[in-house]
Amino acid sequence: MAETVGTLTRADLADTMNRRMGFSRSESLELVESLLNHMCEALSKGENVKVSGFGSFILRDKAERIGRNPKTGVEVPITSRRVLTFRASQLLKQRIDAAA
Amino acid sequence: MIRSELLQAMARDNPDLKAEEIEQVVDIFFEEIASRLAGGGRVELRGFGAFSTRERQARTGRNPRTGESVDVPAKRVPYFKPGKEMRARLNVK
Repeated sequence: MAETVGTLTRADLADTMNRRMGFSRSESLELVESLLNHMCEALSKGENVKVSGFGSFILRDKAERIGRNPKTGVEVPITSRRVLTFRASQLLKQRIDAAA
Repeated sequence: MIRSELLQAMARDNPDLKAEEIEQVVDIFFEEIASRLAGGGRVELRGFGAFSTRERQARTGRNPRTGESVDVPAKRVPYFKPGKEMRARLNVK
């Protein structure tokens, strides 16, 4: 599918809140920010975030492993780390595939 | 954290808002992201991450129980890449 639609940002989300809910622009932006902050906070405390109908943000702890600089071939240790993955709900998957 | 806990946290931040307003805000947020992805677009939330979609080619899969091969059709799937700040925040010791 050709890239006919642009990128959605915080500002666009705030814009929609403003139009649909009648909150001021700054209030709308604060609400978007507050929502994101709460999700970030939970994740940084080590909690997964599950939003029914949308999907789950799942944390995974990765063990240390030996990596290699692909350019130089030098082996470097990759430290253990926590990574964030997203598992879309069945509903979101269906919706995206149906629209393709 | 589940959706209802997110609603509660938002309500504490915004005591002047009605519960149903908070609910609408959260619904609009996720609905706008979903519909942009369904429309073939991207979503970029600096500091948090970016949502996009990826094409998966058709492949021949196997039913793990019976070993029978099954044709899996090509599809478009949602994809999320966490932002730099998010990744850093997850790894502060």
